[in-house]
Formats: sequence, structure tokens, C-alpha cells
Amino acid sequence: MTDIPILSIIVFLPLLGAVCVSFIPGQNKPFIKLVAFLFSFITFLLSVSLFFLFNPSVGTFQFMEFVPWISSIGANYSIGIDGISLFLLMLTTFLTSIAILYSFRSIGSKVKEFMIFMLFLNTTMLGVFVSLDMLLFYLFWEAMLIPMYFLIGIWGGERRVYATMKFFLYTMFGSVLMLAAILYIYFMHQKATGISTFDLQSLLAYSTAYLPFKTRLFLFLGFAIAFAIKVPLFPFHTWLPDAYTEAPIPGNLLLAGILVKMGVYGFLRFAIPFFPEVSRDFFYPIGILAVIGIIYGALIAYVQKDMKKLIAYSSFSQVGFIMLGIFSFTDTGMTGGVLQMINHGLSISALFLLVGMLYDRTGKRGINDFGGLSGSMPVFSAFLLITILSSIGLPGLNGFVGEFLILLGVFKVNIALTAIASTGIILSAIYMLWMFQKVSYVTPADREVKKLPDLSLREILILVPIILMMFWLGLYPKPFLSRIEPSVKNLITVTAPGHFVAPVASQFLSDKKIPEKTFLKSLPGK
Amino acid sequence: MIPIKLYLVLSGVLFVIGTSGVLVRKNVLVMLMSVEIMLNAVNLAFVSFARYMMLPKGQVYVFFSITVAAAEVIVGLAIIISIFHKKESMDVDDMNVLKG
Amino acid sequence: MNSTLLNSVLFVVLFPVFGSLFVGIAGKWLKKPLAGIIASCSVGLSFVISVFTFFSLIKLPPDLRFFDKVFFQWVPVGHFLVNFGFYVDPLSLLMIMVVSSVSFVIHLYSIGYMKDEEHFSRYFSYLNLFVASMLLLVLADNFLLLFMGWEGVGLCSYLLIGFWFHKKSAADAGRKAFIINRIGDFGFLLGILLIYHTFKSLNYNVVFSNAPLILSHGSGIATAITLLLFMGAVGKSAQLPLYVWLPDAMEGPTPVSALIHAATMVTAGVYMVARTHVLYQLSPVSMGVVAFVGIITAFYSASIGMVQFDIKRILAYSTISQLGYMFLGVGVAAYSAGIFHLMSHAFFKALLFLCAGSIMHASAGETDLRKLSGLRKYLPVTFWTMVIGALSLSGFPGTAGFFSKDDILAHAYVTPYYGKFLWGLGIITAALTSFYIFRMIFIVFWGDKQKESHPHESPKIMTFPLIILALLAIIGGYVGLPESNLIHRFLSPVFLGTAVLSSNVELKTIMVSLVFSLGGIATAWYFYLVNPSLPESMKKKAAGLYKLLLNKYFVDEIYERIFVLPGRKLSSFFADVFDAKYIDGAVNETGKWIKTNSEQWRKIHTGYLRNYALIILIGGILLLGFLMTKIH
Repeated sequence: MTDIPILSIIVFLPLLGAVCVSFIPGQNKPFIKLVAFLFSFITFLLSVSLFFLFNPSVGTFQFMEFVPWISSIGANYSIGIDGISLFLLMLTTFLTSIAILYSFRSIGSKVKEFMIFMLFLNTTMLGVFVSLDMLLFYLFWEAMLIPMYFLIGIWGGERRVYATMKFFLYTMFGSVLMLAAILYIYFMHQKATGISTFDLQSLLAYSTAYLPFKTRLFLFLGFAIAFAIKVPLFPFHTWLPDAYTEAPIPGNLLLAGILVKMGVYGFLRFAIPFFPEVSRDFFYPIGILAVIGIIYGALIAYVQKDMKKLIAYSSFSQVGFIMLGIFSFTDTGMTGGVLQMINHGLSISALFLLVGMLYDRTGKRGINDFGGLSGSMPVFSAFLLITILSSIGLPGLNGFVGEFLILLGVFKVNIALTAIASTGIILSAIYMLWMFQKVSYVTPADREVKKLPDLSLREILILVPIILMMFWLGLYPKPFLSRIEPSVKNLITVTAPGHFVAPVASQFLSDKKIPEKTFLKSLPGK
Repeated sequence: MIPIKLYLVLSGVLFVIGTSGVLVRKNVLVMLMSVEIMLNAVNLAFVSFARYMMLPKGQVYVFFSITVAAAEVIVGLAIIISIFHKKESMDVDDMNVLKG
Repeated sequence: MNSTLLNSVLFVVLFPVFGSLFVGIAGKWLKKPLAGIIASCSVGLSFVISVFTFFSLIKLPPDLRFFDKVFFQWVPVGHFLVNFGFYVDPLSLLMIMVVSSVSFVIHLYSIGYMKDEEHFSRYFSYLNLFVASMLLLVLADNFLLLFMGWEGVGLCSYLLIGFWFHKKSAADAGRKAFIINRIGDFGFLLGILLIYHTFKSLNYNVVFSNAPLILSHGSGIATAITLLLFMGAVGKSAQLPLYVWLPDAMEGPTPVSALIHAATMVTAGVYMVARTHVLYQLSPVSMGVVAFVGIITAFYSASIGMVQFDIKRILAYSTISQLGYMFLGVGVAAYSAGIFHLMSHAFFKALLFLCAGSIMHASAGETDLRKLSGLRKYLPVTFWTMVIGALSLSGFPGTAGFFSKDDILAHAYVTPYYGKFLWGLGIITAALTSFYIFRMIFIVFWGDKQKESHPHESPKIMTFPLIILALLAIIGGYVGLPESNLIHRFLSPVFLGTAVLSSNVELKTIMVSLVFSLGGIATAWYFYLVNPSLPESMKKKAAGLYKLLLNKYFVDEIYERIFVLPGRKLSSFFADVFDAKYIDGAVNETGKWIKTNSEQWRKIHTGYLRNYALIILIGGILLLGFLMTKIH
């Protein structure tokens, strides 16, 4: 399409930034911060340009790049984005810039290392969203854990070592299952066709058409568990409250805003297209787990005393909606699910930022430590209120559009599940307003709280873009929906029953080697 | 002509002596010497076979083995000396920092 | 109607939005009355536009008075499309005129009432946002946009009830209102989903024109849709069993109670039922449910209102009761009568609340009937206007309430199903209504002045709105005189094919209900002016009943026991036991299990060189042995 490899530039610019930062002497903190921020911000601007360059009328991959990498095993540097990854890419660059801007004040020690990890993390996250090669994807997926491990482990709270180990091991456990599944498909494909490749499209075509059902079931579970841990789906969620509570706020932004979306993205990009029938069969197991998560998370959030923990459980509750929408296999449900990923990324990061701003002032974050902030910090309270309303799905703000589309999609499939999931909108109002009342209303017992200074200009500047995005997505989501929808539609067509028909399936099932040419002809799109 | 059997018996005896030396002695230096004895036992077996089967390959291996043994002794002694500097002891039981 | 004017309808909503944003953001730098004046002007402009639109609409022939103006696509996904568009027809126009006029008057009143408030501009910002949401609710051309306004007014109600955020009771009341509304909205949302599922559209025109074609009369889906929508209305309009938030909502400033919790927001449910009457017509069951919930709520809350002591709470129960009448109206297919009562209720109830505000203003915020008396001489304007409001509420001949309430009761009388029962309960409620409102009037204004109090009349900016509303509470009724019935004629294009009443029946029922209303006033007069010891002896005689009424049938306590406490217990169980011990326990146990096993295994690694050598030797011998067996 274009001669400039813009995607590669976006993905590796933060890494270049990390290298640059590593050459700056550690004492020169302001300069380090500035350089780190500039790199992340330029990356963000470049990703915004993608929004305009993106062709909304097609649902296939765009901005594709291809460079042979390890040709002996068939791994290539192959990247590209569609409407689903476009916005996750933008969200990543956006939140990273904001997280770095926020960390200017809240991170005091080891600034240089912090910035290096943040920028490195940025590259790996972007890599996950653009990879079209399974090995490349797996590489970025695992590499992402390293900076996150250190971000929580070094700059985290009191129980940071426990939390980061749990997070790392738990995620790793899932990833290994996924690796096994990837390799299994790779070798089966190699055996059947004689071609070694990790190319997403080829493996996808092969596995949907030729693998026996039982094998697909196991492979799907391999992928599904890996992604379900990341999402997280009930009952794989217990790493989440610990990691969220202990992580530093900028880490929270990326953890809750982006990393969690990767699980859902993994379902959309891998688990579902690879095993469409199995995924459709899994609507009920996954849908029910998602609904349990919605209600269970909400109930637990209601009795939390630590604001970060409350937000963590609320986040767990809300991703249930996303999963429900994705697995409805309807255009509204899936589009809503993708949109809700962005919405959730925005609202959850704004919540964490706000809690962080309180923590910066007082070193506390229990909901009982505050009160009456509507009086002493009116701007803060207004922002908190808008964010809370966004996350409880008030129409006019972003959360509602996504939630409604999801429910609309699920309604087509199962009414009872929709009804139970909808109780989530009552429960979310209960715990969120409870928190708001504790923090912003009623006279505080602690006198210091009455004298807290309101948000500074820098803090307002951090929050205003997020708030504006919330209104934009709530009042005029069309530019977003029109870019997501073709890709979702494409996904639905690809996963429709019987899309990949296997003309020579019987030969594959008996593990006989057939001439390469016959197989390639049978592949759709070649 | 001395039958090959005797050479092999000698080689076996030397190997057992070396092995028991490694297993029972506490002094690291002695253990190292025992390892040398084991190596030489193997060397002896090699050359015996080479002679018996009239193949020069075996003798080449022995040369190779002797060279490696020489290098090994140097490294081994260097390690022992540096440990002795640190621990003031040649007792192998004192060297248990890897103990689980 | 030309398109410029139609486009300008957007500004009916936009003016208050801009006002809210401006006052909210720039509020810190605005001098006190200025924020209020700006906010009032923005609402005033909305009112002016709606009046202009009204006059150009009535120039058109009746069946051409419908416009669906789309501004932009709001949520387009594939075949699913929801527009941001306004539906201008006689019903929505009447509503926006009522809403913007009452809002304007109450904005003016608030400038005086709230002048000592610290967060003056914040109050007006919320109030403007409320007006914008309410107008959006009324003007929306599809269910989703209606829902946006619906939730928007709920939010503003939450914010304004909790306006005095330092008071815990206010904060709790706001939260209660929002959450109970959300319970209703849960049903409403499901109703919207079912509508889309059935009609493949959420646009009013599409849904209403297709409804009789797709759904047969009395079909289950029609009943399901309408009952789910009604669940939303029950929450928003405070009907049984979700009414409990409205009495608590009186924690908010009094003008807010007047505007939101009496005149406008709470009537949204009635508007919604009237708006979707095409669907309700298809389901006799739902109509019956609406009518019965309405009349039972009306009777129920009027009975509570008789014994309360807080003047604002009495008015709150009165509002619930009057909303019940409106639902009775729309439930017996007397839609224009329901809307008519909505309008006259907006005037007289706003008036009553503002009078209550004036009384509080005069007596240092006192709302307890037992501590108020003899204010007639000191607050002449308030007294006379409040009497007019009370007369209108009790349906005194010649007032707005008289015509509208009797319109509803007459329609109920001729309903084929249980019509006589509905009507009978209706007139009993009418008697209770005039009793409780005049009980309040007689106690507050007659008798001797309380010692050590210095009551004084409110400033002009507050009495002026009272006079306007008092006038409206009287003349507002003359649009609906039984013979000419302008309001019915104006709304009839909207409510095609609904019942028309013979004036003969209407006259008959009017006579009966008049007797009951006047009887209520007379009883109050006898109880509280002629023979003041009588209420006390009555209390003793019927102590059980009195206690039940005084404690509002213990509904709050029952809800607390059934829903709130078990909910909290369940949450705590999940959080502290189930999640921490079982789910997270399983994860941590796995880790521990691996660790304890590793503890065992690591004992093999003694650190003694000779152990390792021995193991190597044994391994070597085993390997050799294995190879030798292979050779054979």
C-alpha cells in the first residue's frame, strides 16, 4: 500500500526510545522523562494517522508488511492490522503516553529504568496487536511479561513480589498451553503439506478445514485457557486483584487498559477463527462463566475497602460483558465487544489515575479514608463522577453504547443470559456509587482530607483527553463503529459454519501425505 | 605376547582404584589425582584395543585425551587453589555451598 | 412547518446543555445571581422556541402535525441503526412546553431560594442539565434516545437529591433513588431489546406503524414488551413497589423537589406509556396492570400521606398518589386525560412544593407540622397561593385539578373491566387527598404563631413564581373543559381511535367525586379547626392502623431485610470466604504443593561431591547394564 513501513515504525519507535533513554545518565531525570514522553507521544501521533489512512470499507488486513525472518522454520516478520487491532493499537499508544505523563510525579526512584521498561512494554504490546505470524505473536506475547514483571516487582506496593510472581506464573502457565497448541498445529500442517510456516492465514485455513474435531477441541482449550487467564474469565481471575492492587498506577493503566484486552484479542484473532465450530459450541460454557464473572465480580467489589481492589473487581466484572458479546457471534454483539474493549480501557485507566492522584496526595487509598471531596476537590469529584458514570454505562457516555450493542447481540442468542447479565447494570451502579459517596460526599472524619488541594493543571491535562474520548464515543461513535464493523463482519463470515469446506479432508484425516499443489488449491483465497 | 585380557584387567583395576579414590577421599587434591588415574585407566584400555585391532584411531584418541587431561588438571588445580584461598581447607565436605 | 424551525428544535435541548456546561465550568468565576440568571435564560430560550414551534404546528392540518427530524446517525452497526433524531408532534410539543415553562419558573424561584448556597453555580448547572435531559427524553424519536434522556434525568435527580452532600441522609437518599431507578431501567432496557428483536428497529414511526401488523391483539410479546417498559415507568414514576425512593428524595433542595420530583421527571413514566400507547393497546393485560398499579398506588400513598408530619413528605406521598391517577388514566386508554392531569399536576404540585419552600424559608427550614402554625398573617402570598394549589389538588370546582382528575375518573367509570372498582377506589382516594392536604393547610396557617419564631414573607423573586403557578393551576384547567376540550382535540391525532366520552357520564361522575372531595376538606376542617382533640382520640382507638400508616407500612424495613442485608452478606461471603479461601486458595495451594514437593526433592542435592559422584557412577553402571541387555 504505502512505501513507508508505518506499522513497523510505530511498533519499534518506543524500543528506539528505550535505547535512547538508556544512554542518558540516570541523574538527569527531567531529560529522561521528556525523552520518554516524546517517544511515546510521537508513537501515539503516528497511530492516530493510521486512523485516517485506514480504509473503513474493507474488513481485511491493511498496512501489511512481510520480511522473511527465520526461513528454515518458516517464521516470518509479517504484520498488519484490521479494524479490530487498529483501535487497540491506538488505545495502547494513547494510554502509554498518558501513563508516562502521569508517572512524572508519582515515580520517584529509578526513573531511567522505569522509562525503559515502559517503552519496552509499549513495543511488545503493539507487537502483539500487529503480528500475523504465530511465532512472532508468541514472541511478543511472552516478551510483554518481562517488563510488566519488573514494573510490578520494583515499583509496586507492599506485597509486590507475591503479586508479580503470581501474575507471571499464572500467565506463563496459560502461555505454555498455547505454545503447545501452536506447535501442534504447526507440525500437523507441516506433516500434511510439507511446508513449514507459522503464517496465520495458512495455519488458520488448514486447521479450520482439516483437523479432526476432537483435536480441535483440545487445541481450542489450549488457546482458550491461555486467553481466559489473561482476560480474566471466572475462575481464573485471582491474579488480577493482587496484581492491580500492587502495581504502580502507570503499570495499572497498561495492565488493566491493554494487557487484559490481549486475552480478548487473542480470542478474536486466534481461538475463534481457528476453531469456529468449537467456539460456537462454547457459547454456553463461556457465556455462563462470563455472566458469573459479571455478577460475582460486582458483588465482591461492593464490599471492598481498598479503592484499587474495588476497581480491580469492577474491571473483572465488566470484561464479562466483553466476552459475552464476542461469543454471541452476531455483528452487533461482537462490534459492541470490540468497542467495549476501548471503552473499558478508557474508563478503567481514568479510575486508576484518579485513585493515583488521591494516593499521591495522601498515601492512602481506602474508601473510608476520604470523604466530602465534592467540597474540597470539586474538579476531582467531577472527573470521578464522569468516569464512574462511564463505567456504569450511562447513556451519552461511552460505556452505554458498547454495553447496549453487546446485550443486543446476546439477546438474539439467549434471552435468559441477557437478562441475568443485565442485572450487572444495577450492581455496577450499587458499588460504584457507594464508592463515590464514600469519597466525595459526607463530611470526612479526617481533618487533613478537607484541606486537600484540587487537581493541578498537569493532572487535568492528563484526564481531559480521556474524558473527551468518553463523550465522543458516547455521543458520536460512528467513526469507530464504521471501522470496526467490516472486520467483525469479515470474522463472522470466516467463522460461519461450513465456510472452509474441506474437499480432500478424508486424506488429511488419515494422515497421508498428499502433493503440495492439491492442498494449496483447496485453500480459500489462494 | 601378553594377552589383551591382562591389559584390560589392569585398566579395570586402575579405574576402580581411581573411582574409590574419588568416592572415599576427602582431600580435593587426592580426588583430582584419582580422577587422573581413572583417565589413565581409560587411556590404557584405548591403546590396548588399538594395538589389538591394529587401528591407529584409538591411539589418536589417547593423545587427544591426554591433552584434554592436561588442560583439565590446570583448570582443576586453579579452582582448588582459589577455593583454598577462600576456605583455608582442602576438605571437600567444606565445599557445599550448592547444598539444597 | 419549515425546516429552519424544525432544526431549531435541536436548540430546545442544546440551550440548557450549553447553559449547564458554561455555568458548570465557569461557575467559579461567576458572581452569585449571574449563574442563576444565565441558567434561567437558557431555559427561557427553550421555552420561547417551543412556543414558536407550537404556533407553527397548529397552523397545519391535524393529521400533518408529525415530524421526525434526524440530525445524525448515533449508533450504526450493520443493519442496526439508531439515529439522533427528534420527534415533533402534539404530544411532545405539549410536554416540552410544560417542562420548559415550569422549569423556567422554578429556575427563577431558585435564584432567591438558593442565594446563600456555597455551591450556587453547581446547583444551576445540575438543574440545567436536568432540563436538557428531560427535554431530550420527551423529544427523542426512538427508544434508545428516550433511554438516554431517561437515565440522564435519573442522574440529575441523583445529583440534586445529594446536593447537600455533607449530609449523610442526603447522600443515601440520592443513591437510593438512582439504584431503584436502575432496577426499573433494567426492565426498560430489556423491553427495548425485545422491541428491537421484534421490529428490527427502535424508531417510533417504524415500531408504531408495524406494531398492529406484526403483533396480534393480546399477543404474549406485546404484553412482555409493555410490561417491561412499564417496569421502567414504575421505577421512574415511583409506583408500587418501587416508590420508596421518592419520599427520601425530599432531602434535596425544595425547588428540586418541585421540579424533578413532582412536576417533570416523575411524570416521564406516564409520558412513556402515552407515547407507546400503540403497543399498550395491543395488550389488555398490560393495560389492566397499568391501571391497577396506578389506582392501588394512588390509594396506598394517599393513606400514608394522611398521618405524616413532614410537609415535604406529605407532598411526596401526594405526588406518588397523583402519579397513580395518571397511570389509571393511561391504563384505561384515556391518554389525553392522563396527559391533561400530568399538565395540571405539574402546575399545582410545583406550586405546592414552592409554597412549602417558602414556608421553610420563613421558618428557618422547619418542615415538621408539629412545629408550624399560624403563618396565615405573616405569609399572605404564600398562604393564598398554597390554598389555590391545595384546592386544585383536591379537585375543587373551577381549578385545573378538578377538570383533569374527573376526566380520568369518568373514563375509569366506563371501562368494561373492573371499571366501577377503579372508579370507586379513585373517589375514595380523592377524599383522602383533600383530607391530607387541608390537614396540612389548617395546621400550618391557622392557630397561633409558634413562640420564638419570626416568620417573614419571601422576596419577590420567590413569590412571583408562586403567583404565576397559581394562575396556571386555575386557568390550566380551562383547556380541558368537558364540552370543548381543547387539549383532547389537540392530542387526538396522536391518540387515534381511543375512547370518546359522552358528557352525560362525565357529569354524573363529577357530581359524586365532588361530594367526596368536599367531604374530605370538611372532615379536615372539623378535625383540625373545630374539634382539635378528635385526631388524638382517633389515634388511640385505631392505634394499630395508625402505627402502620405512620411507619409507611414498614416497606423500607421489609426491603432492607429481604434485599439489602442478604445482598451484603452474600457479597461478604463471596469476597472473604469463597474468593479468598476457595478460588484463590486453589491457586495458592497449587503453588504450595509444588513448593513442598520441591522441598523433598532438593534433599537429594546434598552438596557433597562424593554423593554426586556416586550417583553418576550408579547411573553409569545402570546405563551400561541396560546397553548390555540390548546387545543380547
